[in-house]
Amino acid sequence: MSGDHHHHHDHDHDDHSHLTPIEARVKALESILVAKGLVDPAALDVIIETYETKIGPRNGARVVAKAWADPAYAARLKTDATAAIAELGYSGRQGEHMVAVFNDAATHHLVVCTLCSCYPWAVLGLPPVWYKSAPYRSRAVLDPRGVLTEFGVVLPEAIKLRVWDSTAETRYLVIPQRPAGAEGWDEDRLADLVTRDSMIGTGLALKPPGSSG
Amino acid sequence: MSHRDLIDAVSVVAPLPCDAAGLVFAEPWQAQAFAMVIALHGQGLFTWPEWADALSHEVKAHGMADDGSRYYEFWLEALEHLAIAKGISTHQRIDDLAAAWARAAEATPHGKPIALGNDPVTGGAITL
Repeated sequence: MSGDHHHHHDHDHDDHSHLTPIEARVKALESILVAKGLVDPAALDVIIETYETKIGPRNGARVVAKAWADPAYAARLKTDATAAIAELGYSGRQGEHMVAVFNDAATHHLVVCTLCSCYPWAVLGLPPVWYKSAPYRSRAVLDPRGVLTEFGVVLPEAIKLRVWDSTAETRYLVIPQRPAGAEGWDEDRLADLVTRDSMIGTGLALKPPGSSG
Repeated sequence: MSHRDLIDAVSVVAPLPCDAAGLVFAEPWQAQAFAMVIALHGQGLFTWPEWADALSHEVKAHGMADDGSRYYEFWLEALEHLAIAKGISTHQRIDDLAAAWARAAEATPHGKPIALGNDPVTGGAITL
């Protein structure tokens, strides 16, 4: 039955998806359990969110904190994010190329993608459930300001929004603006202000407790 | 959620990888495998002592690495064996399906959801 299919073994591994053997086994089991009515995929997502006190190393927060505290590091991050992130000992499993995009007073960055596997979880931890949904992806491209508003992020009209679509080769890390009121903080404390959402652009960094504004 | 019961049950065998903040998953599939076990327990498919036995069997068969890096590999194998023992599937079906998923991924352009129907060999027509 497969004889009529044309196979394209073009060895271009960059433009298609990939599952490791163990990922494929997890998918296999999941599809069996779903077909048997034993698990509901949405319920699995809920369970993961419930237990997710720490899924994957949230290394991205360390990268952001260092960029805030160390201008020389921020400069390296801007020029070659892959190398700058690797300096801290983090690298993606697939050796993906990372690009850091810096929010500032004029521009806010938002990253979309992840219908597939291109979310840089080695840096950010697991993607939130909503991030994997097709509606989020399309709406973020068409109406980024509306999506941000739903996340409680209301930006002045003057701030330009840039939406980045991850590709097989390039993953993006948003460097949120450093909040006021954390002057003189060390990197450990600063890292606590960096949320996952702030690193994909659907949130801002937390304000230091007790700070105004 | 019977979080405490689960942790107590498996701690006897091998404690779940965690740090001061809670559970730690090194890769997304580990969280999926973890969640499937919680969901199946919620369906009454097995008790926590049963799960602990299944996990213990894998750990003893393979020997737990000191750093626990293979914890969720054993977890997944225990889940497969328990599902097979409960008559939910067979080794062959799981193997076939895993191969179909792997082929489907290779046939899926980047940025598109990986669907079993993308498998060029079976077209997703595969016995679950």
